[in-house]
Amino acid sequence: MTEIHPVGMPKWGLSMTKGQIIDWIAEVGDEIAAGDDLVEIETEKINGVLESPVGGVLRRRLVEKGSWVPVSGLVAVIADPSVPEEEIDRFVEEYRASWVPEEEGEEPAEAGPETVEVGGRTISYVRQGESGDAVVLLHGFGGDLGNWLFTMPALAERHRVYALDLPGHGGSDKSVEPGDLNSLARTLLGFLAVHGIDRAHLVGHSMGGLVAMAAALRDPRCVASLALIATAGFGTEMNAAYIDGFVRATGRRDLTPVLRLLFADPDAVTRRLVDDVLKYKRLDGVDAALRLLAGELFPGGAQRHVPVDEVARLEIPTLVLWGDRDQIIPPSHASRAPAHARIDLIEGAGHSPHIEKPADVNRLLASFLAGE
Amino acid sequence: MARTISYQQAINEALAQEMRRDPAVVVFGEDVAGGMGTEQDKDAWGGVLGVTKGLWPEFPDRVLDTPISESAYIGAAAGAASAGLRPVAELMFVDFMGVCFDQIFNQAAKFKYMFGGKAKTPMVIRTMYGAGIRAASQHSQTLYPLFTHIPGLKVVVPATPYDAKGLLIQAIRDDDPVIFFEHKVLYTLQGEVPEEAYTIPFGEAEIVREGDDVTIVALGRMVHMAAQAADTLAAEGVGCEVIDPRTTSPLDEETILESVERTGRLVVVDESGPRCGMAADIASLVATRAFGALRAPIRTVTPPHTPVPFSPVLEDAYVPGAARVAEAVRSIAVKESV
Amino acid sequence: MRTDLHVSGRALAKEDLLRHYRVMRTIREFEERLHLEFATGEIPGFVHLYAGEEAIAAGFCANLRDDDYIASTHRGHGHAIAKGCDVKGMMAEIYGKATGICHGKGGSMHIADLAVGMLGANGIVGGGPPLVCGVGLKARVTGTDQVAVSFTGDGGSNQGTFLESLNLAAVWRLPVVFVVENNGYAESTAPRFHQSGIDVAKRADGFGLPGVVVDGHDFFAVYEAAREAIERARAGGGPSLIECKVLRYYGHFEGDQQSYREPGEVENARATKDCLLLFERSTVNAGIVGEDELRAIDKQVLALIDEAVAEAKQAPDPVPADLLTDVYVSY
Repeated sequence: MTEIHPVGMPKWGLSMTKGQIIDWIAEVGDEIAAGDDLVEIETEKINGVLESPVGGVLRRRLVEKGSWVPVSGLVAVIADPSVPEEEIDRFVEEYRASWVPEEEGEEPAEAGPETVEVGGRTISYVRQGESGDAVVLLHGFGGDLGNWLFTMPALAERHRVYALDLPGHGGSDKSVEPGDLNSLARTLLGFLAVHGIDRAHLVGHSMGGLVAMAAALRDPRCVASLALIATAGFGTEMNAAYIDGFVRATGRRDLTPVLRLLFADPDAVTRRLVDDVLKYKRLDGVDAALRLLAGELFPGGAQRHVPVDEVARLEIPTLVLWGDRDQIIPPSHASRAPAHARIDLIEGAGHSPHIEKPADVNRLLASFLAGE
Repeated sequence: MARTISYQQAINEALAQEMRRDPAVVVFGEDVAGGMGTEQDKDAWGGVLGVTKGLWPEFPDRVLDTPISESAYIGAAAGAASAGLRPVAELMFVDFMGVCFDQIFNQAAKFKYMFGGKAKTPMVIRTMYGAGIRAASQHSQTLYPLFTHIPGLKVVVPATPYDAKGLLIQAIRDDDPVIFFEHKVLYTLQGEVPEEAYTIPFGEAEIVREGDDVTIVALGRMVHMAAQAADTLAAEGVGCEVIDPRTTSPLDEETILESVERTGRLVVVDESGPRCGMAADIASLVATRAFGALRAPIRTVTPPHTPVPFSPVLEDAYVPGAARVAEAVRSIAVKESV
Repeated sequence: MRTDLHVSGRALAKEDLLRHYRVMRTIREFEERLHLEFATGEIPGFVHLYAGEEAIAAGFCANLRDDDYIASTHRGHGHAIAKGCDVKGMMAEIYGKATGICHGKGGSMHIADLAVGMLGANGIVGGGPPLVCGVGLKARVTGTDQVAVSFTGDGGSNQGTFLESLNLAAVWRLPVVFVVENNGYAESTAPRFHQSGIDVAKRADGFGLPGVVVDGHDFFAVYEAAREAIERARAGGGPSLIECKVLRYYGHFEGDQQSYREPGEVENARATKDCLLLFERSTVNAGIVGEDELRAIDKQVLALIDEAVAEAKQAPDPVPADLLTDVYVSY
């Protein structure tokens, strides 16, 4: 290939305006495959690894460690080794000359999540993407819509993507009574109805996958497909210590080791992630909500609901993704997926492959949603 | 859901939400409801800087103006707390503690202990402190060390709007007497604050910046000076870990010690004085508990041992700034490379 | 034989009279016994005795309910007993024992029991008046008809806290009664050296409050003034100030040489206006109470104090680990 590929500062979340280069992972001259880790980036909200969008050779690293770069500002250049140096330099010059920064003034209007009333509860959500089928992203136990930071922009290119905070989570109402699976599924179906969505692709992580399956069982017509990431609901086994530890943790010291269980790479748990989870856990009502949900869905540290076989009979197109180093729900559960489902194991990922290996997950989700 | 509000709004919101949640919460102090002298003009002020504005119209029976009698109404807070209320009394400027200290440190602080554990005194005293508004010697002091010294009191020094709200709600729900220090220069500081009520436990330091070279411990307004210095120093290749203890009593000793164990270097920045102040206290903590980890002398950055002056020139010279913090860090950070 | 005594037209039933007598006698016996025991050196620290002033504590507390509150002074044994604190627990406390009412952490000057509405004796002169304002505020805010009474000495009446509290209670119209026990000396200084104006009660005028002077040796005078002020406070009529002129029988503290007293001052008071003597005279002469009934109470009280002292002496000390407990509810 002879194309030159710019690598710009990604936009992780609507409020992100710039990112800081924490550390370079790839060296100039390295042979890069699509999805390989390029550079570690920190924003005001999150730490992430920017993965290469394309294959090639890393030809330029244009920003020093520690520097801040505005969204879409040029960070690196990837090209075939055959492209001459002068051509790369010219490309960089041209890119910079024609580069237009995002207008800051436009940010605040769309920066925050919106809210909607569903079944008497305020549900917070974000929406991205102007056209295409509706896709709804459902986070796991103790998570929130922010977990889809790396997923949303990728899917929004071809879909109308919604990510919502389930009751008791994120910016949604913290009351979850009665806290059973059906009430969560009702909220999801209510959310679709409020937005006039007749049919949606449901992407669920962990507990969110279980909620998606429960919604499919209640009203199969609403569900175009199921993409289940490290989902609950395929077996009773789970890491009881995780749920228990997450619910009990009151400070950095006890929460950090619990959150490390979520990832293959324990360094993925940054201070900011821990702080954000603590801030959430310290909101009034959250502790009670988590305890109620945990008691309903994971009594005694085991999964109460295993609807996978019932769901299989609905013959809804299904994608099952699992990190091969999942420490919360065993990856072996993937084998219990419906016979018609497509199953992919994500190498080197723990329980949250969409955060740890976003490029892989995005690629698999995109091709699944495209019906490929 | 979080949105950006000021430190002052965060405090007001914490008070309003706790008053809605718990009918035992009462707010009183000089001018907290009125301040304009007539019944019709009530809430015209909402406190001398407007921090309590809007509370009186919503809770007319639980927001009370007091006479300028700090002894009487701070003592009344202790009595009310003993009898089952959760009073939040406002001591306008902490400098006024001189006229009501007995009610705080001999009465409220000691009831539980003196009475063999058979008492609780869930009261909060909100008070303004700190230099920076040309308010001179009797309206500018940073006196939290005096309260930190007293067993039975908890002392809270929030540096951000987020911390102000969460720590104030914790203070109101806490069953011990809490002195809540609000820096007057920080009232306009903006920050992300959740709309919902939330608490931050006492005795848990915030790590404001992460770094491996030097630990900077700072409180209140000085947290921002330290963070600014850390950003400057990061560009020079010196990584500073900035720790804000957030409460001086209880003090998160563990986080400070863990950090110094790693960095081997400590700078303490404090707006209270150099003698028997927080800088001296934290320096002593590290010297006695982590001496072996130290690779350089401890530096403290404090005002001089003088009253707070009036003249802008003098006051600016009095208050520690980011440049002084950076200088202190450099003085111990460069040693190793020599 | 009559069964009640009329005070300002209101009947005091015999059983109540005996109860009030028992309170006063208990206080007297408690203090007289402490006077003797303190001299043996077995009691740590220092004690301030209330002997001579019993009618005041008894007269006020007789008009209070269990859910009403009092704030006391360094001379607080009498108030504590009258409000219902456990006498044996108090004695053990004064001996610094683990079985004390405050587990030995407070001692004589900090005897308290919030469960019976006793906000504490107080080591700080003038410490109590602001506290009862807070209790009054609690009653106002929560809509109860509780009343709070603060006891202060003539010395405390010159504290800013006392005067500030009169004003605050008046401004907030709190259900509070301020009692000044003018016992002749602020520590060792007589009123003519420390007090401007003859009556502390007159200071109420400046705050627009009712202020009265009563004979603090006369239980019935105290009782009637207390009843009126407490009923007014309970009904929402606001605070009052009552000054009780009285004489304490012992020094400011035990060991005080009392060189400031007039010769024969205490002996004369004991012989002519002792509160127990006056009470006995009124009730026995009126034919309501028999002398034998009072002697029977005396005997029971004596036995109680004997037991209290014996048990206190035998009681275990706190253990060193107790040093670190009860500082905070949580820390």
